[in-house]
Amino acid sequence: MKDRNHLSDIGIAHDVKMISNGLVDIPMLQLLSPDGVAHDSDGYAELDQDKSEKILQTMHYIRILDERMIAAQRQGRISFYLACTGEEAATIGSAAALEPEDMIMSQYREQGTLAYRGYTTKQFMDQMFSNQKDPNKGRQMPIHYGDKALNFMTISSPLGTQIPQASGYAYGQKMAGVDALTICYFGEGAASEGDFHAGLNMAAVLNCPVIFFCRNNGYAISTPAEEQFAGDGIASRGIGYGIKTIRVDGNDVLAVFAATKKAREIALKEQCPVLIEAMTYRLAAHSTSDDPTGYRSKEEEAKWREKDPILRFEKWLKSKNWFNEEAIKQFAVESRQEVLQTLKQVEKEPVNHIDDIIEDVYDTPPWHLKEQLQSLKQHIRQYPEAYPKTSGRIKND
Amino acid sequence: MTKMNMLQAVNNALITAMEQDKSAMVFGEDVGHFGGVFRATSNLQEKFGKARCFNTPLTEQGIIGFANGLASQGSTAIAEIQFADYIFPAFDQIVNETAKFRYRSGGQFTCGSLTIRTPYGGGIAGGLYHSQSPEAFFAHIPGMKIVVPRNPYQAKGLLLASIRDDNPVLFMEPKRLYRASVGEVPEEDYELTLGKADVIKEGSDITLLAWGAQVEILEKAADMADADGISCEIIDLRSILPWDVETVCESVAKTGRLLINHEAPQTGGFASEIAATVQDKCFLNLESPIARVCGLDTPYPLAHEKEYMPDHLKTYEAIKRSVNY
Repeated sequence: MKDRNHLSDIGIAHDVKMISNGLVDIPMLQLLSPDGVAHDSDGYAELDQDKSEKILQTMHYIRILDERMIAAQRQGRISFYLACTGEEAATIGSAAALEPEDMIMSQYREQGTLAYRGYTTKQFMDQMFSNQKDPNKGRQMPIHYGDKALNFMTISSPLGTQIPQASGYAYGQKMAGVDALTICYFGEGAASEGDFHAGLNMAAVLNCPVIFFCRNNGYAISTPAEEQFAGDGIASRGIGYGIKTIRVDGNDVLAVFAATKKAREIALKEQCPVLIEAMTYRLAAHSTSDDPTGYRSKEEEAKWREKDPILRFEKWLKSKNWFNEEAIKQFAVESRQEVLQTLKQVEKEPVNHIDDIIEDVYDTPPWHLKEQLQSLKQHIRQYPEAYPKTSGRIKND
Repeated sequence: MTKMNMLQAVNNALITAMEQDKSAMVFGEDVGHFGGVFRATSNLQEKFGKARCFNTPLTEQGIIGFANGLASQGSTAIAEIQFADYIFPAFDQIVNETAKFRYRSGGQFTCGSLTIRTPYGGGIAGGLYHSQSPEAFFAHIPGMKIVVPRNPYQAKGLLLASIRDDNPVLFMEPKRLYRASVGEVPEEDYELTLGKADVIKEGSDITLLAWGAQVEILEKAADMADADGISCEIIDLRSILPWDVETVCESVAKTGRLLINHEAPQTGGFASEIAATVQDKCFLNLESPIARVCGLDTPYPLAHEKEYMPDHLKTYEAIKRSVNY
């Protein structure tokens, strides 16, 4: 047993004195003032003009995609959507600091990271329409993306389950000797799940090269952060687990980029986890099934709208002379058109053949699934009008 | 061939798997240097290093969450849950993650290289939290395989097959037999087919069905019945999911009677599923109602353990009732 974890190196006290919250003061890294003026730092040195333009384009693209898909949901064309408005700097800024080989294990509001890696509008749409081109084969609700080629782990609805999985995935990367790590995104609400504790503790004890990236956006559906935890955010917990930790301004691309870059360097060099807590605000509703007017004020939202991460980043780009207003306007027009056209195109794509219903449960369908499929098909043939999505294609099977 | 008890056979299978597959890792509570509370992982850390056989913090949900990630990365993950009674903190990771990983990603990602080993069952004075047989909970999860060995030979062959099967497997080890069951085990590498039951004794009057430690209970009861002139056919199911309906139904079609024995409580136990399927497929062959000899619908008792157990005497009485129906 190492003494450090048990008894030695502990100072002795003779006063009955409890340690209270606030003794450890965790500051928030900010490299770009709310007015878009950069502080001196070498943390974002690698954020060159090309990368900056790619970040900005991705931020605009995601905002357009979010707007159009919320509208599509309102029109009844898709069942569900979940926007990331206000959190674009946190997700896209961190994705920009990673390498393509790094595995992303996200929660569900990180579509920006996927877009940054090159996921196409068609791919987003195929998933949201659960059609036969969807790589998930139409099995999950909209926004549960996954793409092995882009090292983006398929999203799962249960909250926080990806956290201990990220520790395991990163351990596997370390054992395989690859020069890559895992980044695991989650919200401050998900950090209340037992899997958060389990995952961080295991990563710390087993020295896993993983970046835990918490988007502290103030709300878990309707529950505000002050009803979620009483401690100093999520960052304070990292210290308890013995994990190197940093808190950043999540609406500041430069700070997010610099912190993630540093975290990646440490995690790979020292083979250990790092925790980043990004302080941001969920300007969007939780999802299309949610209405925030029931639990927060217009004034509060307006205050945060002023802190829009895109405007703030654009101010900095202007100061660098890297902001081409015409080009970005043109990009927005084209993106909007592309989204609308793709939407029309993919909604005509049929769902998978009924035979797919028993696929991927096991590596190959066992006897009982085959038996159940045969009896299901017989039933569909008997009542084809009741199952119009699949009946037309099984008549002659 | 070497004489081994079930623990040694499990240990031998793990060594065989880790020697052959460099990405195979064994982890769980106390499995490292100590070799596990039952010593199933003895010497693995010495042989393969601390990176491939290691202790985890005391967190079952963490162990299985970690194992899911490790397996999805492509490594062979062999996780131990110290007692099946303590698997429930990991229930969400198993039900919603392990079993659905392949399905939900359209086959892009899978936990197929994961095996969860866990000792289960009573008869060791373990009371309500060291005796449970939770197989029925997991039999309700599409995407999982569940395997139970009855002796050292089966343990090695089935464990190696489970580790190499491209689906997540819950491998339940009857801890009552860990040291009690001794037999000849080949030292070389071999696998036994998953999903296949084993007819261990042929007979004509009634089919007796069980798995794991309860198989020897059936053998005892069959010997008693044999003295009365009742010929019993004994089947070890070996795999709970998917289970070998064909072998069981062929046997019932021949004998016309079925008795199922398990330690877990009767209500909602896996015997219910077997009985429902057999009455569907063998309705006209049945000479008497399908008999269940199971644990009581109570927590697993301590002082009354002997009374609770679906033992050979209860089984013998049920055989007679079935034959004389």
